[in-house]
Amino acid sequence: MSDDAAIVVENLHKSFGDVHALRGVDFRVDRGTVLGVLGPNGAGKTTVVRILTTLLHPDSGRALVEGRDVVHQAAAVREIIGLAGQSAAIQEELTGRENLEIVGRLYHLEKATARRRAVELLEQFDLAGAADRPAKTYSGGMLRRLDLAASLVARPSVLFLDEPTTGLDPRSRIGMWEVIRNLVAEGATLFLTTQYLDEADELADEIVVIDHGRVIAAGTAEALKDRVGGNVVEFALPDRDRLAEAARAVAGLADGDPSIEPDTGRVAVRVGSRGSEALVQAVRELDAAGIEVDGLALRRPSLDDVFLALTGHAAEAEEDGGGRRRRRRSRHGASAPAGTETDATTEGVGR
Amino acid sequence: MSAVTAMRGTGAPAQGPPTGLGHRLRLGVMDTLTMTRRELLIWFRVPAYIFFTIIQPIMFVLLFRYVFGGAIPVKVPGGYVSYLMPGIIGQSAAFASFGTAIALARQIQKGVIDRFRSMPIARSAVLTGRLLSDSLRLTLTVLVILGVGYAVGFRFQNGWVPAILMMLLGIALGVVVCCISAYVGLAIRDEESVGSFGLVWLFPLTFVSSAFVTISTMPGWLQAFAKNQPISIVIEEMRSLALGGPLALHAWQSVVWLVGILVVFIPLSVRAYRRV
Repeated sequence: MSDDAAIVVENLHKSFGDVHALRGVDFRVDRGTVLGVLGPNGAGKTTVVRILTTLLHPDSGRALVEGRDVVHQAAAVREIIGLAGQSAAIQEELTGRENLEIVGRLYHLEKATARRRAVELLEQFDLAGAADRPAKTYSGGMLRRLDLAASLVARPSVLFLDEPTTGLDPRSRIGMWEVIRNLVAEGATLFLTTQYLDEADELADEIVVIDHGRVIAAGTAEALKDRVGGNVVEFALPDRDRLAEAARAVAGLADGDPSIEPDTGRVAVRVGSRGSEALVQAVRELDAAGIEVDGLALRRPSLDDVFLALTGHAAEAEEDGGGRRRRRRSRHGASAPAGTETDATTEGVGR
Repeated sequence: MSAVTAMRGTGAPAQGPPTGLGHRLRLGVMDTLTMTRRELLIWFRVPAYIFFTIIQPIMFVLLFRYVFGGAIPVKVPGGYVSYLMPGIIGQSAAFASFGTAIALARQIQKGVIDRFRSMPIARSAVLTGRLLSDSLRLTLTVLVILGVGYAVGFRFQNGWVPAILMMLLGIALGVVVCCISAYVGLAIRDEESVGSFGLVWLFPLTFVSSAFVTISTMPGWLQAFAKNQPISIVIEEMRSLALGGPLALHAWQSVVWLVGILVVFIPLSVRAYRRV
């Protein structure tokens, strides 16, 4: 196997009873890079994390972390990984310091070393002031930071973060991004799952999009956006009754059908590589049809568009109804309606 | 944190897992001790745990000694308080296992167990550390109960060696019940369910026994269960050790039961832990 790969995953399958969580997942992560694994709830992201961190055996397929097989060399894998799961794996009766020191001891650090490492991490994660308070007095953001600190005690070379910002308020989320960016700057390999498109866009070098247990796209954020077909002309209608009419008016400049969001009154039109010229045309067509618009703009496609194009449903409104529904809206403010309004490029999805 | 890059990979043993049996055993012991210390630290922080392992047994001793005791006729040297103490030690030891099940279910829910399983820790350490801390906790409970017992008139009638054996048997009973509870906690994985119905079996097992009353006062159909269930058998043996009486029969029955339960539930717990 090639030596610059930190993670190699080949044809992973995993079922739980009748539920096929993974149906043949392949990807690789180069050392020192960040892979963002993007997908809605129930897509199979956490199953991949659990397999790679030796918590779960795959039914078939192979996964290597730094060349070590996660099934046959599980103990060797555990030596070099760190895991911060979806809930903060913190013993809340113990203080932040105690939590970190005990993790250090469990990694077989000397007592003094474990203590020093705990102090270092508490400072690094801005928890020094709360170090000797029981963790149950911590805010959600502080708990997540402590959890992340715990995963770093033994200086893992590959770090797994499973939805590190789910459930955090926007401020804590930005704080968490900052922390994660610093880790990346230190040279760790990072495997990050998220259901937030903007998060993957912000943090990841490469993105793998998973849906229903399959990788449906992979590449850099830019490559994925290009794949959707270049620029988008987007506008909103004050009068929602005229959405269909507006879509017809601009249909002539689209590569496919314009996509409509009835909730927000938005219309998006893919215009490929055309730029302001498409914008001017849109103004003309809409004006000719006598349709009044708000905020007409030309933009690069967001990962929202990518997701919609790839999966035929919006990223943030999956139908699984799983317990955790604390979804944020993406930064484009599109609260996409559940699985409606898919657009014509859907059939372009690789199997 | 610039030092991190330089030190990355040199912190924990990075050259792969050492394979020598002696080395692995040493790490296993180290991990168990760390886990034990961790569990005790948690235990001291939670007032409810302290209540259940210390205050509640004291209340039971006082309640049965002074409220119910007068109405319960027994034929043992020293009267009801002598009869009561081995029983209450057995009952408290069994109930102390509540904490084991609930704590484990909680740690699973929080993802703490997942973190441990993703770390290079001896696979057995979570359970062995748990049981070691449980037995220390049980020792404390037994000593507290005996202290209160002595204050309200209980005396060992059979010498010190059997007295110490009785205490050890009480602790052993508690550890064995903790093994069952550990399995319950790991299998149910939900703190609330464990707390509300995961441990109901403890009630018939401890109260339909010879812990507080002589079995001959129960209706015939109940006697068959009460006489032959493990908690009664162990408590009868403890009573004989404390007060004098025939030892042999209940001794081997106790050992068979306790060992039997361990043989069944330790593998079950280990399997449940691996599957969490």
